[in-house]
Amino acid sequence: MSALCFSALTLRLAGRDILHDVSFEVPAGQITALIGESGSGKSMTALAAMQLLPAGAQMRGRITLGDQDLTGLDESALCQIRGRKIGMIFQEPMSALNPLQPIGAQVAETLILHQGLDPRAAMTQAQAVLARVGLPADQFPPDRYPHQLSGGQRQRVVIAIAIAAKPDVVIADEPTTALDVTTQAQILALLRQLVDEDGIGLLMITHDLAVVAQMADMIHVMRRGEIVESAPADRFFRAMQHPYSKALLAASTHQVDLIAPTAAPAPLLCVHDVRRSYGAPGLWRRAVKPALRGVSFDIAAGGRMGLVGESGCGKSTLARAILGLDPIDAGSITLNGAPVWRGGAPNPDIRRQIQVVFQDPFGSFNPRHKVQRLIAEPLHALRGAASLPQGAALRAMIGDALIEVGLRPDDMDRYIHEFSGGQRQRIAIARALLIRPQLIIFDEAVSALDVSVRAQILDLIADISARHGLAYLFITHDLTVVREITDDVLVMRAGQIVESGPTAQVLDAPQHAYTKTLLAAAPRLPQTHPE
Amino acid sequence: MIQFVMRRFLSLIAALAVSSVVIFLVIEVAPGDPASFMLGINAQPDTVAALRAELGLDQPKLQRYVSWVLGMLQGDFGISYTYRAPVGQMIADRLWVSLPLAIYALALSTLIAIPVGAYAAARRGRAGDMMVMGATQLGVAVPNFWFAMLLVLMFAIKLQWFSAGGFPGWEAGLGQGIMALSLPAIALALPQAAILARIMRSALLDVLGEDYMRTARAKGLSRPRAIWRHGMRNAMIPVLTILGLQFSFLLAGAIIIEQVFYLPGLGRLVFQAITQRDLIVVESVVMLLVFTVIMVNFLVDLAYLWVDPRLRGDG
Repeated sequence: MSALCFSALTLRLAGRDILHDVSFEVPAGQITALIGESGSGKSMTALAAMQLLPAGAQMRGRITLGDQDLTGLDESALCQIRGRKIGMIFQEPMSALNPLQPIGAQVAETLILHQGLDPRAAMTQAQAVLARVGLPADQFPPDRYPHQLSGGQRQRVVIAIAIAAKPDVVIADEPTTALDVTTQAQILALLRQLVDEDGIGLLMITHDLAVVAQMADMIHVMRRGEIVESAPADRFFRAMQHPYSKALLAASTHQVDLIAPTAAPAPLLCVHDVRRSYGAPGLWRRAVKPALRGVSFDIAAGGRMGLVGESGCGKSTLARAILGLDPIDAGSITLNGAPVWRGGAPNPDIRRQIQVVFQDPFGSFNPRHKVQRLIAEPLHALRGAASLPQGAALRAMIGDALIEVGLRPDDMDRYIHEFSGGQRQRIAIARALLIRPQLIIFDEAVSALDVSVRAQILDLIADISARHGLAYLFITHDLTVVREITDDVLVMRAGQIVESGPTAQVLDAPQHAYTKTLLAAAPRLPQTHPE
Repeated sequence: MIQFVMRRFLSLIAALAVSSVVIFLVIEVAPGDPASFMLGINAQPDTVAALRAELGLDQPKLQRYVSWVLGMLQGDFGISYTYRAPVGQMIADRLWVSLPLAIYALALSTLIAIPVGAYAAARRGRAGDMMVMGATQLGVAVPNFWFAMLLVLMFAIKLQWFSAGGFPGWEAGLGQGIMALSLPAIALALPQAAILARIMRSALLDVLGEDYMRTARAKGLSRPRAIWRHGMRNAMIPVLTILGLQFSFLLAGAIIIEQVFYLPGLGRLVFQAITQRDLIVVESVVMLLVFTVIMVNFLVDLAYLWVDPRLRGDG
């Protein structure tokens, strides 16, 4: 029996076609996956089911829940559907909860609203629901606030809100994209369990084929607002038909050509026994929280090092220390033998040898500057060191930098909002390359990108590093990416390197229990060979 | 949380200490003799000498500062030179007008601004929002004294609902006092309300774009209910900051309105003291106003703590 059914759904928003003739079903007790890249219309499909579309959206077609047509309902009837019949789980657990309300109250609100419980009974019931999603009251009292929970715990609260009123259908929009692999595995297992035990119809929206391979009963591939292929999960991976599905799979299993460095590697970056603690601000004494607990490793000239670990393990603290953005408490970081931090201040000579590309292609540029100025930014680090290019020479230099990353020279006169996420990451790479650094730190540089764009950027990184003999430290939580783009890898946990070695060796024959856990939690694509 | 309060309290004490030193230095130690400044250029040398002795100017500066601060802590603000009356008593009398006026105006401004701002945010881009934005633009632009005169013309002279000015004193009864403060409070409140409503609108608009508002709708809350249950309190955080600033302004900045309505408030007291070069009064009132501003900021910090659990520290 079909719990939720979309028939010939067409959606226009601000004069653009968002969805075109979308038809599919979400059967009860099954997991239906809707996959596609950003902008394909996946999330709009979810919002259409909730009838929470942005103002001005024009919708045609039918969405039925059981035998009820949702498209004709008025607002008050829809309020009886939302939360009661259809629950929704969002991508960003960090921001999906009201920061000013205790978690118990946020779950209880659904129950008060839909089951007419009095606040006390609703709170008891809410505790039971929270316990069911793995937040028992003795460990996670319902008067906790969201900021006192981790990302995975918050996502459990969001799930509790979604299932509290025992809906027929739950829509999960990228429910694990913002989470670490081990947390992701736990959340996916929880969702599977809820589907099996309660017979919920789960519509799972994601861009991650590996997650889908593990979870879904039925797969629908969406591209530019249309469903291009639908198949049961096992058959989908065995014999996918549509070129776009194949392209998605190819991008997900993309192999980068990593040319082995020719020259004998000399040590470039030496990190030795680095320690760093953060003090909680206190009145008289500082409570100390260690972030780095004796980290040591080397990167050779032209070396390609990966750093994996879950959020909070100290990856970003380490990156900031290497960049000279923060001082360290103990240990040493040297580049070509010279210290990164010298005499209580960052060493400017070293700083210009290390550049960085950040994760968020939208937040890491000043929106009011043109690309030319954004790319030219690192030249300030050279001030006083050499005569800086001016005028036409500067434009030529930036034009070359843009060509190198696959953009056009005249892109330098445009603003950053005119570029897509992938193009922005190219611009970030051009910016990092401009002053010919010896080391680039990529801090989750491809995590926010779609698979096909990610494959292109990884190719670009490999190509550029080979051409310039560039060393890099690639920080990521994604083991697939590490395998593609690095020679060696460091596995970090709680401020320590727990395992290191050649990437293939570490990932194929992990020694440390934590590495094994990470690998076991990472969703894997089935070994298939689509013809 | 206790640490937060303690930190804020210590910084309050520090701010008070620093500002008392600055006020003392500016008024008493700055070049020029306060006594001859107060008496003007035609004063007799023996009169100046007498005032110097009265003010204690012949004593060392440190001792003068300490006795000034200690005096204030005990409620002794000195004797006004022009009025020959204890400054503490004069300030207390004026505070009985200025403080109720400030609270009255602030209450009016809040009661108007919060709902109006919320209404505009909820109807963003529609006619209601446009009207609110236009009206608040006007409210921000119109000087409050001109608005005050319009109020007098309309409600005191034409309709004769209120008296045009003056204050009968609280002895005349609570109702009488409130009546006398009503027009000035409205004149003070409306421009403030215009600013506050705009802040409220933009704060709530920011909140409406947050993911948790979408979660609230997905739970099945109607839009007004989602705004009420999840939006308002989150939007209050920036609004509180402005409220604190506005209260400080209303207490000290009502000089012109007090002149228009002929109210015996603090603003008028400072104004008269400055024109009469009564430095003792100026010094004390300025210190009092600084104290109020710092206290209000402290209270705003405590209010943040009440609104936002994230500031309470992990418990």
